[in-house]
Amino acid sequence: MIALREVTKVYPGGTAAVEGLSLVMPTGQITVLVGPSGCGKTTTLRMINRMIEPTSGTIEVDGRDTASLNPGVLRRGMGYVIQGGGLFPHRTVLDNIATVPLLLGWDRRRARSVAAEQMERVGLASGLAKRYPNELSGGQQQRVGVARALAADPPVMLMDEPFSAVDPVVREQLQDEFLRLQAELGKTIVFVTHDIDEAIKLGDQVAVLRVGGALAQLAAPAELLADPADDFVADFLGRDRGYRGLAFTAAPDLPIAPEPTVVLGADGDTARLTAAGRGWLLVVDQADAPLGWVQPTQLSGAVTRETLHRGGTVATVGGSLRAALDAALSSPSRRGVLVDDDGRLVGTVRAQDVLTEIEREPQRSPS
Amino acid sequence: MSFVWEWLTNPAYWQGSDGIWVRLAEHLGYAAITLVVAAAIGIPLGLWIGHTGRGRLAVVNLANGVRSVPTLGLLFVAVLVLGPLLAGDIAFLVPAIFVLVVLAVPPILAGAYAGIESVDPSARDAARGMGMSSWQVLWRVEVPCALPLIFSGLRSSTLQVIATATLTASISLGGLGRFLIDGQAYRDYGQMAGGAVLVAALAMAVDLVFAVVQRIAVSPGLVPVRTSRRSARTRLVPNPA
Repeated sequence: MIALREVTKVYPGGTAAVEGLSLVMPTGQITVLVGPSGCGKTTTLRMINRMIEPTSGTIEVDGRDTASLNPGVLRRGMGYVIQGGGLFPHRTVLDNIATVPLLLGWDRRRARSVAAEQMERVGLASGLAKRYPNELSGGQQQRVGVARALAADPPVMLMDEPFSAVDPVVREQLQDEFLRLQAELGKTIVFVTHDIDEAIKLGDQVAVLRVGGALAQLAAPAELLADPADDFVADFLGRDRGYRGLAFTAAPDLPIAPEPTVVLGADGDTARLTAAGRGWLLVVDQADAPLGWVQPTQLSGAVTRETLHRGGTVATVGGSLRAALDAALSSPSRRGVLVDDDGRLVGTVRAQDVLTEIEREPQRSPS
Repeated sequence: MSFVWEWLTNPAYWQGSDGIWVRLAEHLGYAAITLVVAAAIGIPLGLWIGHTGRGRLAVVNLANGVRSVPTLGLLFVAVLVLGPLLAGDIAFLVPAIFVLVVLAVPPILAGAYAGIESVDPSARDAARGMGMSSWQVLWRVEVPCALPLIFSGLRSSTLQVIATATLTASISLGGLGRFLIDGQAYRDYGQMAGGAVLVAALAMAVDLVFAVVQRIAVSPGLVPVRTSRRSARTRLVPNPA
């Protein structure tokens, strides 16, 4: 557990970056610090490993005042990930990852073998071990940065905008893998971002800071969306809060209707027969995974990939209300496609039924 | 130009205590002593300035000011001031080395601090954040990353020193400058021009040695990636990102 008590940082010249911040970051959870630029989120992070010394107040890690610890020892016990990775350009990927183990005095062979394990853990091909950072893509560099922070298996990870320097598609991949990794490792993570969507997606709890470094609200993401403390937090959260909040509500009891399907490659007559007058017909592959929709009356031949309408999103049974609602809204037939965990079709759900569910139990938390 | 070629290819001129081999060795010796002394001053000072960011303005201005002093004039002043304090050959050697060192330090100093300053701030920040001491950050991250610019300072200094070490002959020391001074005195233009050719050849040869050492010493990760190599390698290993 990391506890900040009345922490203040005033820079020479009198600018207060952080003012009277008290915050508890529970063990094994992700605490996200989020806020506009100038809110002191990075300063707060850097005070935890004493890269910046607080002007007043105390910071405790597992009950020990960090001011009483040697800064080097403190930092080697915390993983540190920054935007862009901050990799050492003169070292290979493997040696970058082995940095902290070597600082801790492990022998080279053990440090390297642990580094190789970390590469696998963050999804880096072992063929990259001998490469240098300038030969990697931005996403790969960021993975190396995470692997390097994990190498000595520290209980605490400090992450400063680690996914901000990559494009949105890669960022989403990295976020998903980060959550999967955290489910496995259970680190105490302090995560700084300016991106509220990232904060809501990743945080177990989210601390919204306002300019000047005061805490505006500390809450779980669902609570933040449902009940912003004030106008500042509400504005910062932005639009569609109600809709986004549905992502945190599970949808276990939706009425699922069976959906007639044809397999890709079926001829037009089979499709029209199966549709039995419906405007849209769902097309699946051999493994019963939904591929898209067709309009049987418009078919001139067989059902091919070219005839498919692919706009609809697919929700998982037992997933969130947001995913189920979005599946219904994005489907051309207005019937939302639901699949099981293996991606096989279960049935469809209508937006109306999702709405009924939303009204029935608005505050249920995700499973 | 044939008389230059004749002078250079006549084996008689290469032999003996005032032959080309001996002059080459003397010249190389002056340059080597100068560079060792200049590096011992310029590199630590440059690393300190780059690492701490302190004293930069003062040292840079001083170094540039020293650069503008005419070397030949400084040489005569140094002999007049230092010469009487010393005895024997050293009376000329020390002033000569002193003047060459004054010339050699600024490029080395500039290379060292520019090298450290050019290190990616995020790499430095990460190093500190992972628990490296200031000393470890310097030696494990900053210096290896600064090596290309440190080498470029050393090399440009070396070229200047080898060219300028010819002046030592004007205060009765040896080196390849002897051929220039003596050649002029005897109106032996073959010897003069031949000496100049040797100075240029020596400078290039030493630079080549430095280039090889640099290639071995500097991490391949600091050499810009050529696009052809990158795309070729990317195809070999699937990109998981």
